[in-house]
Amino acid sequence: MKKVIYTIADNSLVAKDTYRLVLEGDGAVDGEFVNLEIPGFYLRRPLSVCDAEEGRLTILYKTVGAGTRVLATLPVGTAISVLTGLGKGFDADACRQKALLVAGGLGAAPLYLLAKKLKAQGKEVRVVLGFNKKEEIVLEEAFRALCDSVVISTLDGSAGVKGFVTDAIKEMAGPAGHDGGQAGYDYFYTCGPMVMMKAVCKLLEGPGEASLEERMGCGAGYCYCCSIQTKNGPRRVCADGPVFKKEELLWE
Amino acid sequence: MMEVNLCGLRLQNPVIPASGTFGFGLELADTFDLNVLGGISLKGTTLEPRYGNPLPRVAECPEGMINAVGLQNPGIDALVNEKVPALRKVFREKVIANISGFSLEEYAACCAKADACAGIDLIEVNISCPNVHNGGMAFGTSCDAAAEVTRTVREVCRNKPVFIKLSPNVTDIVSIARACEDAGADGLTLVNTLLGMRIDIVRRKPVIANRYGGFSGKAIFPLALRMVNQVAHACRIPVMGCGGVASAEDVIEMMMAGATAVQVGAENLRNPFACPEIVRDLPAVMERLGIQDLETIIGIV
Repeated sequence: MKKVIYTIADNSLVAKDTYRLVLEGDGAVDGEFVNLEIPGFYLRRPLSVCDAEEGRLTILYKTVGAGTRVLATLPVGTAISVLTGLGKGFDADACRQKALLVAGGLGAAPLYLLAKKLKAQGKEVRVVLGFNKKEEIVLEEAFRALCDSVVISTLDGSAGVKGFVTDAIKEMAGPAGHDGGQAGYDYFYTCGPMVMMKAVCKLLEGPGEASLEERMGCGAGYCYCCSIQTKNGPRRVCADGPVFKKEELLWE
Repeated sequence: MMEVNLCGLRLQNPVIPASGTFGFGLELADTFDLNVLGGISLKGTTLEPRYGNPLPRVAECPEGMINAVGLQNPGIDALVNEKVPALRKVFREKVIANISGFSLEEYAACCAKADACAGIDLIEVNISCPNVHNGGMAFGTSCDAAAEVTRTVREVCRNKPVFIKLSPNVTDIVSIARACEDAGADGLTLVNTLLGMRIDIVRRKPVIANRYGGFSGKAIFPLALRMVNQVAHACRIPVMGCGGVASAEDVIEMMMAGATAVQVGAENLRNPFACPEIVRDLPAVMERLGIQDLETIIGIV
């Protein structure tokens, strides 16, 4: 974990209530998420890394509370304190050749970074992105430019398949079962709301991983505010996760 | 000189991360050199392992936060057999075991094991945790109960100083502090968190799953300072001051109020480097204020 000062290079609305925050600073950025200090707020806000290059970090966030609403008002050029190097991310090596990525809402953000890694390893990447409605869709073009197939679902049917991501998976040619049909995959990765990930993990056969979200205190494993019960005992979402193997999760 | 003497223990400086805000030390061993600290107060430990409270356990507040972790810990056996020996491989300074319980017997059994553990220097008995039922704070809000716990643990801790960690959720903290002193406490840590609450006005529900939790952070500093001041002047035993400390200036202020050592709590959660930054800043602040020896300012106000 490192504490660094980054400068906001972009902070613009890209979809309904959704902002893209680009931070620039020195050095490589690692970790699954970063913890941002927002002026006027006591605790930092943990946000998933969507893209990271040398000295440049991209985050997508939604204005869901007072903190993110203030974050959305910060202009380009603002210096911001960031804790980096947090969290245990997706295991790209766990996929042999064919990956299925299933995102709900802004769960698409960390899966984009994963998709880049998987493609760099020469793997086949299929993506299902679920949103409530068309105005909330993010990263569709970025995924299309990178991945082998992209299916969109919206709850209200305003774009793509009408329904949940699980409906979209069922509609993909061939069975959802792993290693079969066009939707075949040998490993899946999911990120989104808990109910959605629970449904995905129930529907999809075979091994996979889910990235969890919880209210965090420190974000680095020493306050134990975000501990969940797993099949292997208590685990801290921030430090032991946020990504957990499907078999480990109890979905309580 | 930053050195302080706490019940015969030589602390290289008075800065100690408070229990519950620094895990078992090792979680931050890769983040900075722990050996710059005066000591570490380890996460509250009970006889049996505990998962703690349901989530969410944390809530944002103006200049502070609420937590209701509920004493998640691996149990005293794991503490003395695994956590402390592992920490001792990288940490040379003072190790404080923080012990909680739900009965006198449990406090006694836990403290006896901590007392027998070579890697532990001091035992801090938590009678002020607001986040567990039928325990913790129940012992810290009456003079008789506080004295009873103190006598019980004092009897089993033959080798190490015993500090009692007090709750601010009382009408008269001085009478409780005196009851602990009279019952044989070697020192006092104060204050623990204040019982607080936040409500999610959209969902119309408490933010914290456990409904209430412990409020801490900068907002409570003046209150903690006042209680440290009252207790330090009313008792002869040393006090570790705790509550809202976030800077080297706060450390000095806490010591002037009467603290011999100073614990940094919630600030660690927003800034994992809070303690090393405070230790780094202390010499310059001392010089600016004309303080040569920190021990000379303890309780001067």
